[in-house]
Amino acid sequence: MAVNASPGWMVPSARLWRMRLTQVAAAGPVLVMIAGVAAGIWAGASAAAVAAAIVAVAAGFLLWVERRRYLAWGYREREEDLIVSRGVLVRRVSVVPYGRMQFVEVTAGPFERVFRLATVQLHTAAAASDARIPGLEKDEAARLRDRLATLGEARAAGL
Amino acid sequence: MTEDPEHAKSPEHPGSTEDTKSSEAAAAVARVGWHRLHPLSPLINAGRLLSGVVGIFALSLVTADGYKGYLYQLIVAAGLVVTGFVRWLVTRWKLDGATLRIETGLLRRDSRQLPMTRIQAVDVVRPFLARVLGLAALRIRLAGAGNAGDRLAYLTVGEAARLRATLLAGHHGLDPVTPEPVELLLITVPAGLVIGATLLRAAPRFLALAAIAAVAATAAPGIFLASESTLGLIALGLVTRTWRQVTGRYGFTVATAPDGIRIRRGLLSTVAETVPFRRVQAVRLVQPLLWRPFGWCWLVVDVAGVAGRDSGPRSGGLTKTLLPVGYMNEAQHLVGLVFGHDIPELTKPPKRARAKAPLSYHFLAAGHNRLMAVTVTGRVGKKTVYMRLEKLQSVRLTQGPVQRKLSLASVHGDAAGRRAHAVFSDRDADQARRLLDELADLSRSARSAESPS
Repeated sequence: MAVNASPGWMVPSARLWRMRLTQVAAAGPVLVMIAGVAAGIWAGASAAAVAAAIVAVAAGFLLWVERRRYLAWGYREREEDLIVSRGVLVRRVSVVPYGRMQFVEVTAGPFERVFRLATVQLHTAAAASDARIPGLEKDEAARLRDRLATLGEARAAGL
Repeated sequence: MTEDPEHAKSPEHPGSTEDTKSSEAAAAVARVGWHRLHPLSPLINAGRLLSGVVGIFALSLVTADGYKGYLYQLIVAAGLVVTGFVRWLVTRWKLDGATLRIETGLLRRDSRQLPMTRIQAVDVVRPFLARVLGLAALRIRLAGAGNAGDRLAYLTVGEAARLRATLLAGHHGLDPVTPEPVELLLITVPAGLVIGATLLRAAPRFLALAAIAAVAATAAPGIFLASESTLGLIALGLVTRTWRQVTGRYGFTVATAPDGIRIRRGLLSTVAETVPFRRVQAVRLVQPLLWRPFGWCWLVVDVAGVAGRDSGPRSGGLTKTLLPVGYMNEAQHLVGLVFGHDIPELTKPPKRARAKAPLSYHFLAAGHNRLMAVTVTGRVGKKTVYMRLEKLQSVRLTQGPVQRKLSLASVHGDAAGRRAHAVFSDRDADQARRLLDELADLSRSARSAESPS
């Protein structure tokens, strides 16, 4: 299911990856330092080095996981429904008909705002529906929101 | 325990003349203008609290150590009565075309408009005290209106029945003055069956508790003494729960009327529920382990409720028991009634799925046709979900790491609410991909065939 290669599929902005990178890059060294200092005070220099190394490796692993997760996101607007595909360990593909949409939510957290990104989420009357697309560029998010709202209105169906 | 229309036609009105006038007017002409609730409502609303207060009051009289505590109780009781009365005074309701309007609140006016076409279910609830006084509350559920629903508490029984008929007629787009259609009694669950089945289901819990107590008593008597009260509390909780289940399901009858399924139940407090057929999102048939030897099962319907991030943990979807305990043929009859008799054939997932789901493979099965999907899951208890495809809100495919190795995937169909959910568990991966699109397509065509409501 190589989503990104197939035609018609859209992916989150490359800035999402940069955002994740920044998050890990900002938090990583701090954590490495804290772990090193804490272990150094507690158990000496060699323990400090080991602790710092462990945290550094963990940060690297996290980066790898984030990279793969970033690459797994994809969405596609079809005639009648929106498909969102995501997940590395557990792959998930959600199909949400436009007519079933209750409302569209666009959110942008502090990090996302710095990178001029936004998350678009579709809500249906079912609690289990999970059509969420993170890391869309502001314009794309607005376009998607308007398009979904228009389509949703045109195809609205009762419960 | 059954409704008593004769009694209702001659409502005793100890209340104000205004109320008597309004209810006469309601009976005679079409119901226009504002109505008050029954003047005894605050008494019933405060009933439970008041009895507690009276209890404390009596206790403080016995152990009286002066007038101070006495005064305090009195103030609390008086406060309750006054707030209840004010609440009654400022609450009024009105039928406005196809909308029911309820206004309440003294400081913060709360005005609600309940469009009849959006009604999901209408219940007539009668707590014990209300039954004694010949009153009933009407509980109206709309999609997205929160968990509790809107209540008109309390009306006289006749008034409640008439209003329910009006609301349901309005819901089906009929003239509001259409009388309540005749209903056909389908199933009466015998009291013995309810009690036996409930006890049987509670039995493992009691046994487990007894076993823990026994082990604790023999192994460490000291600790047992310390934990005795805790165990006692748990036992009390279990007993209360079982008692509630028995009384709540006592005298359970299921009837069908053109406007929906009617459920009546209750020993001390009675509830009469009506669920319009088209509001049914899904039906679940559950066969617990201990019930299977007797061929018993239990049937639950899911009706749309709220979902979304603002909803609390207890909101979202409304579940109603359609049959607390019954035989398979009764349950299948009810399912047929709701969904029609064109039930799709079930197929089992491929053999290799046994490696992924060794504990539930024996039950796993699923199938769908053009109109509905049926899925079976469960480890110890068998759970069958029937869902109309037109009610699907979204379709999802999930594939965990083990499933990927075995080339399997699960397809989920979600209907409105939190629990209405059908899983085609561990199907072949390619088949699951096709199923994902097929379900989305079928759901769309089923929707367009059925006019939106």
